[in-house]
Amino acid sequence: MASPARALRPGGGAGAGPLPRRARARLRAGIREGTHIRWAGAAGAAVPVLALGFILLVLIVKAWPAIRYNGVGFFTGTTWAEGDLYGQPVRRAGVLVPAGARYGALPAIIGTLGTSAIALVIGVPVAIGTALVIVERLPRRLAGLVGGFLEFLAGIPSVVVGLWGAVTFGPFIARHVAPLVARHMPDVPVLSYFRGSTGNGQGMLVSGLVLAIMIIPIVAATTRDLIRQVPILPREGAVALGMSEWECARRVTLPWVGSGIAGAVVLGLGRALGETMAVAMTCGVVLSTVPGNIYQTMTTIAATVVQTVDTAFLDGTGFALRALAELCLVLMVITLTANVVARLLVRRVSAIALPVGRGL
Amino acid sequence: MSGALPAGDARMPGPPGAARRGEAAWPAVPLRRKAVNAAFWAACFACLALVAIPTVWMAGGVIARAVPNFRWSVLTTRTDQLSGGLENAILGTLAITAGVVLVAGTVSVLTGMYLAEFAAGRRRALLRGGYEVLAGIPSVVLGYVGLVALAVGLGWKFSLLSAVLVVSVLAVPYITKSTETALAQVPTSYREGAEALGIPPSWALRKIVLRSALPGIITGILVAVAISAGETAPLLYTAGWSDANPSLALIHEPVGYLTYPVWAFAPINQPVRSANILSYDAALILLAFVLLLIVAGRVIVWLSRRNAA
Repeated sequence: MASPARALRPGGGAGAGPLPRRARARLRAGIREGTHIRWAGAAGAAVPVLALGFILLVLIVKAWPAIRYNGVGFFTGTTWAEGDLYGQPVRRAGVLVPAGARYGALPAIIGTLGTSAIALVIGVPVAIGTALVIVERLPRRLAGLVGGFLEFLAGIPSVVVGLWGAVTFGPFIARHVAPLVARHMPDVPVLSYFRGSTGNGQGMLVSGLVLAIMIIPIVAATTRDLIRQVPILPREGAVALGMSEWECARRVTLPWVGSGIAGAVVLGLGRALGETMAVAMTCGVVLSTVPGNIYQTMTTIAATVVQTVDTAFLDGTGFALRALAELCLVLMVITLTANVVARLLVRRVSAIALPVGRGL
Repeated sequence: MSGALPAGDARMPGPPGAARRGEAAWPAVPLRRKAVNAAFWAACFACLALVAIPTVWMAGGVIARAVPNFRWSVLTTRTDQLSGGLENAILGTLAITAGVVLVAGTVSVLTGMYLAEFAAGRRRALLRGGYEVLAGIPSVVLGYVGLVALAVGLGWKFSLLSAVLVVSVLAVPYITKSTETALAQVPTSYREGAEALGIPPSWALRKIVLRSALPGIITGILVAVAISAGETAPLLYTAGWSDANPSLALIHEPVGYLTYPVWAFAPINQPVRSANILSYDAALILLAFVLLLIVAGRVIVWLSRRNAA
């Protein structure tokens, strides 16, 4: 058994003879029985969880002094100022900060929620309508083509969408659409946000619309696949009852897949909340101002982070970087909350989402 | 009978006694219902137009601005400050993509396999929850963590490795999900057949189950490729930017990538015309790449269907 090659290997000399053989036999048995594949799988499966823990740990450790210094003011303040970076830093609440540093994230939080809300309000109905047309109206070949369109739209890098939004779409909206809307909108609560100066093509409305375009393919493709899975029998039943197509869609098809659509919408919401480049290129990234109307330049959490990391390094005390960590944490809490709420919602919806006999 | 009373016929008589009890008779309603139905389909087709127009507009806009100034030498010359070509960016994107496929592919195929084949109960819920939460983390947050923990914290500086690791975290949930789904869809009869033939479980897993799940896994990897080529925010502060071609040094050397010029050389960020041209060129290359990936995905689906048939 002890071949010359074996004897040359370190650790394979006299005295260690039987050990490699036994180890090899065990290895071979393990491969045959599948235990090694199992262990490798377990090791691989632990990586995402560990990565998640690492990310949370880094953010919390980094943000902790900022959380202590900013307190509740982080959520109510509207000023985002790094303070005097060249002066003598001061110690407040046990943290060394540049004099005059004030961090209020309210404008960014409002911007994030506002743009995402616009994206959902416009994107979701359009996506569902598109899905219905694809499944029920288009011939199969055309449906495949439109499916390819959706895939392409979903695959366009966000920075390219941002480029288009900043150079083409934003100015178009500012020139042709926004003035029209602003002129005819009545001066009543809520709608008055649509009045006033329409800006130069960078702002909340353009960002929201760009986000809507970005979430449509996600929601539409998922809804399309869900609608295709609705069994034919309940729909035939609806037709037999004399329902029109609209009534069939509203009362049978869409309720049947309601929970799935809710899931898709939250997926889209997650993308809208966290989207960075497209928004950073179309919102103007104006810190410290809550937009007075829907056309005004503003900022979101993600855009703030990506635009200010550079300058945050100029802060000798490192506090600006910590404030950004807190901002990242806030963004994560918002997206995770959306996820959890969606799950609760989906669980509740799915209980009542099947109007016709489930055992079909 | 069926000819006389088609579904929802406008001339259908009302229920007996409806008119007598003073309720609205049926024949009055259908016109409104027909109008609502027509409006519904009109709205749906308008939605379809609202999806198609921006897509065409976007692609057309990029093509219209990129093609008139496009030179093929862009593909073979390196960026020189604000002019030159994009060779370094193309190679950098390829290097990052290859790294992500390697790292994220390994981790997520193992994860997906473990979740679909071995894990059960609370452990499965925990592991699955882990990667699902990971999928919800915004990419800019990952970029920030990569910057403070890897590039600065571990002293890797702007580098290929920190970029690959950060983008891998983004890509893992997608590949894992598609692997898990693909494995779950392998017919039970395949496993039963393997067992009946006395094939050891691990062999069956490798040679039969994983192989028949391969199209699903590859589709997931294509998504990962699209992500690593198209992401910007996590790369800006982990890969940095470099005019030089990637040296394949894992740490300490910044890497160029295609999305950077689109962002940094865009007209809103950079007034220099030669830079703007590069920005549109990079956008055009990215769009072509996305199109290529979609075609590749279709071919894989088509091939697997033909093999299955």
